[in-house]
Amino acid sequence: MSATAAGLLQIALLLVLLAVVFKPLGDYMARVFTSTRHLAAERAFYRIVRVDPEADQRWSTYLLSALGFSAMSVLLLYAVLRLQDLLPLSLGFDGMPPALAFNTATSFVANTNWQSYAGESTLGYTAQMAGLTVQNFLSAAAGLAVAIALIRGLTRHRTDRLGNFWVDLTRGVVRILLPIAFLFALVLVAGGVVQNFTAPYEVTTLGGAVQSVLGGPVASQEVIKLLGTNGGGFFNVNSAHPFENPNALTNLLEIFLLLVIPVSLARTYGVMVKDKRQGYAVLAAMAVLWGAALVAVTAAEVNHPGTVPQAVGAATEGKEVRFDVWGSALFANSTTGTSTGAVNSMHASYTGAGGGVVMLNMMLGEVSPGGVGSGLYGMVVLAILAVFLAGLMVGRTPEYLGKKIGRYEISLVALYILAMPFALLIGAAIAASFDDTRASLLGDGPQGLSEILYAFASGANNNGSAFAGLTANTDYYNTALGLAMLIGRFTTIVLVLALAGALARQQPTPVTAGTLPTHRPLFVGLHSVTVIIVAGLTFFPALALGPIAVALA
Amino acid sequence: MTILEPGRKQTVTSVQAPRVGAGLFDARQLVSSLPDALRKLDPRRMITSPVMFVVEIGAVFTTVLAITDSSTFSWWITAWLWITVVFANLAEAVAEGRGRAQAATLRATKQETPARRLTDGLEEVVSSSDLRLGDLVVVEAGEVIPGDGDVVEGVASVDESAITGESAPVIRESGGDRSAVTGGTKVLSDRIVVKITARPGESFVDRMIAMVEGAARQKTPNEIALNILLASLTIIFLLAVVTLQPFAGYSGQLQSMIVLVALLVCLIPTTIGALLSAIGIAGMDRLVQRNVLAMSGRAVEAAGDVNVLLLDKTGTITFGNRQAVELLPVAGVEEPALADAAQLASLADQTPEGRSVVVLAKQRYGLRERHTGELPGATFVEFTAQTRMSGVDLADGHQVRKGAAGSVLGWVRDHGGRPDIAVDDVVDGVAAAGGTPLVVAELRDGEARILGVIHLADVVKSGMRERFDELRAMGIRTVMVTGDNPVTAKAIAEQAGVDDFLAEAKPEDKMALIKREQAGGRLVAMTGDGTNDAPALAQADVGVAMNTGTSAAKEAGNMVDLDSDPTKLIEIVEIGKQLLITRGALTTFSIANDIAKYFAIIPAMFAVVYPQLDALNIMRLATPQSAILSAVIFNALIIVALIPLALRGVRYRPLSAAAMLQRNALVYGLGGIVVPFIGIKLVDLLVSAIPGIG
Repeated sequence: MSATAAGLLQIALLLVLLAVVFKPLGDYMARVFTSTRHLAAERAFYRIVRVDPEADQRWSTYLLSALGFSAMSVLLLYAVLRLQDLLPLSLGFDGMPPALAFNTATSFVANTNWQSYAGESTLGYTAQMAGLTVQNFLSAAAGLAVAIALIRGLTRHRTDRLGNFWVDLTRGVVRILLPIAFLFALVLVAGGVVQNFTAPYEVTTLGGAVQSVLGGPVASQEVIKLLGTNGGGFFNVNSAHPFENPNALTNLLEIFLLLVIPVSLARTYGVMVKDKRQGYAVLAAMAVLWGAALVAVTAAEVNHPGTVPQAVGAATEGKEVRFDVWGSALFANSTTGTSTGAVNSMHASYTGAGGGVVMLNMMLGEVSPGGVGSGLYGMVVLAILAVFLAGLMVGRTPEYLGKKIGRYEISLVALYILAMPFALLIGAAIAASFDDTRASLLGDGPQGLSEILYAFASGANNNGSAFAGLTANTDYYNTALGLAMLIGRFTTIVLVLALAGALARQQPTPVTAGTLPTHRPLFVGLHSVTVIIVAGLTFFPALALGPIAVALA
Repeated sequence: MTILEPGRKQTVTSVQAPRVGAGLFDARQLVSSLPDALRKLDPRRMITSPVMFVVEIGAVFTTVLAITDSSTFSWWITAWLWITVVFANLAEAVAEGRGRAQAATLRATKQETPARRLTDGLEEVVSSSDLRLGDLVVVEAGEVIPGDGDVVEGVASVDESAITGESAPVIRESGGDRSAVTGGTKVLSDRIVVKITARPGESFVDRMIAMVEGAARQKTPNEIALNILLASLTIIFLLAVVTLQPFAGYSGQLQSMIVLVALLVCLIPTTIGALLSAIGIAGMDRLVQRNVLAMSGRAVEAAGDVNVLLLDKTGTITFGNRQAVELLPVAGVEEPALADAAQLASLADQTPEGRSVVVLAKQRYGLRERHTGELPGATFVEFTAQTRMSGVDLADGHQVRKGAAGSVLGWVRDHGGRPDIAVDDVVDGVAAAGGTPLVVAELRDGEARILGVIHLADVVKSGMRERFDELRAMGIRTVMVTGDNPVTAKAIAEQAGVDDFLAEAKPEDKMALIKREQAGGRLVAMTGDGTNDAPALAQADVGVAMNTGTSAAKEAGNMVDLDSDPTKLIEIVEIGKQLLITRGALTTFSIANDIAKYFAIIPAMFAVVYPQLDALNIMRLATPQSAILSAVIFNALIIVALIPLALRGVRYRPLSAAAMLQRNALVYGLGGIVVPFIGIKLVDLLVSAIPGIG
């Protein structure tokens, strides 16, 4: 089979898999968050943590719960990382230094999973499992809860209540993430991903050298790394490592896992707002952005004009032979379109255009289809922006799903679209300004700037993937990227929940022929264009000096 | 509810009123408004428009830079940045100037006039400005009414042309719904006593002047929201430009401050920022041109959002009076005979209904109208509430009667006739169709008999059905409000094509209907003129009071229609929508413009260090300087080019939201992307001829 046929087949297979689970999973998630019944295990948990599961929270209480929970998580994880030498199964590794521990703790709680460290040479099994893997579940569930709260803001009327954060969080973990993760961990193990607690193997290589090969509880972390759009690999090279991602089949499965919840949430959205067409419209906008980027990345990688790539047929540097260029481009596009940030190839080695597109994927604000929960709420916020701009053109003051977009609502949306570029551009500008921050760069000229831009795009959008080349384990990068992740994750959560609160208070406007239809192809187009224009206009100058200058060279 | 009184001024404007569209724009207004535009450069006034304020700061900044480090390029950029600011101010000044002309005419009516104040029955002459709330003044023929008030005594015809532009005098009388008079209008006949209802300086004309001049203009909710979005876009671009310098430094080509300011000004949404307030003022102005006075911009915006229109049947949907539309003879009677009798019976009947019978007889049966003098010895029987019929007794003993079925049948029986039962079916048929049956009978040669039935009906104004269809397409539901019984109401509702009707409506019912609609999240618009309409007018989101109405109604509504034409509600809705569409279209256009500007400026900025970026210079602009200058000049010129559109409003046609979005997104979105590529290229062709630039 030719590479092209194999590549197209992979994409087709992926789309079929997603199409098959879209409805059942989406409907199931809608039921999870609308059901009034608690499972026995959940009830027990609520009693232990002393939460009243029947309490309906105001947006502010919901927000404080989410922020308080995340703050506690950061502190706890920070402590685990700093003190890991005191924990069992530490494999003899020391505690992390403060800046790195701060960076890693915020990174995992903010669902970013930027890793300034190499997992296999820094962390023991306990820190990986009790620290990182736990946060992989919790941070994903927190994002999911915020998205659900925003949906409730749209569907509830004349109320100041948005549901219960603790219930949403618990159900997200217990009823959605855990069962799927358990099932697919087994599938991954069957596919060849390792899962053990053995000490490192000593292997004598063909060249005669002795190499220490680390195993570990990989599959259990691998599955939630993808399912929760986290991306923090057990090993430094992430999904390029044969123990994390041994073959083309597991590769496809991993891509499926990182897309499955963000995509199916569009269905959940449609079901919960009682208009499935709205869900399809959001899905369509996500798909347009994902599809266009996939075409661009794949085309750029397959048709690299360089001498060597022409000779071998494609730009293969930094890509695993077992995944080929198509499998790598598909993974790269999906991992940056979701906020996953797992990688199976080195994005720095991509062509200027290919690298630029995966960077742009993140700069869009992680909405194609975005992270677990965050993709949906990002998309809804941008739909509101599109409605505000386009809605006036039908001769009515803007409204989305019957809720008016007035000055308060648009202020929150405006701050939302301001927060991420603020963290990204300021952080990157400082990094580009000083000699010692520039010393971390591997490339020079535009490639070097791409490394900086990529790092901050990844941090501020909670992606977590890296443009290999940047030595990020310095105090500046650890701190600045940590702050970027916090701003990118939590200011947006504050704004989204405030928006949900404002929307829930409103009396809905009935739909008439004069209402802007937000489920038609035209609006899908406007929605996608809005996403691209907002990001494009914000980042074009910076991109011109980085990936565009590389691509045109 | 309006109860029609004879002689009441009825403006029956053509239903095919001119569509919302062009207002006059004269290029000379640009020149005459220039001094105003320059005065608006005051930063304290500029700050109300955050986007243009940033441009002004940029212009000051580049001026300083141009002085310290003079070059052809820096002076050209500086000059065009100032021009950009002036153009923006010009847009607002032109819009305000148009209102000011109207204000001047109004002010002329506000001259100090002597007032004959009545204190304890004694008259004293004071100045109109000394009048206080509750003062009584006497006004006689030929005198100007000194202040707003209600007539408390007498009846007079008043010339209100100074306010309405309508030359026909109107009747004002104490009590009822026609008691309000406006200061500055002139009494033509008779004597009235007016109780002053407005404080000095707060009269209707004062408010009108303030509104049309834009002095009382406050930003509307949507305008504020849009301003917030524009401000945040400005901040984003500020961020993009400020952080570009470190990236540029990293890349090895630091940019001059002039270029960065130029880039910033080109990116921030100056087009819509410059035109936003002009669009708002022009929207109010378009209403004033149609003789509608909005008391707040908020109401104009709400008009665009209206979901439900409450329309009074009488005068809005139908002509003011019932008209004879058909003659239905009973068996054995020829139609012309019936027509002749009907005409005879109506000759003395001066009510509009009576006149319409004569007109029908003439038009349909060619019967010449006879004058009462042609029938010597005839005795005319007037309609009374007791007999409920009218008619004539001719000299030869021939008697004709027409009137309510029961009365006329009784009259026939009294004269020994035996009415055919078939007539009952005809009568019921007319009533079921929503009409009023009038039975015609005669007594000839001692024999009384029924001749037939006159069908009186409400006549729906032509073109109403089409307008309601359009409203429906726009998502607006029309509800007809009438005092008629449900059967009649239903028939007329079907005939007119309204969506719903409220029959036997009392003011409380109307109020309840408005509240019910609003509870469902809908916005309601209505017209009204009576004091008992006032609560409903206040409750409605858009309440248009008729100028002929009471001052209570005018106070309660948020708009006043000087023509007192209830049909205008539809136009008001269209103007509201047009205002919002214009805002949205120019915002979209403004943002879409940025793409071309990036393609012009970014390659120019980094031509030295990254020559490969010249591939982005798809317009093939001559030099880096000419490229940047061309973008700045285009950015300024597009403001002036769009002033007429901002003032006139974008073309509006009643379409569904989906169709409207498609059209506008194509014209202003796609157009906004394409136009600047062409425009910047054309400017560049000229600019590149300048020594030191090209």
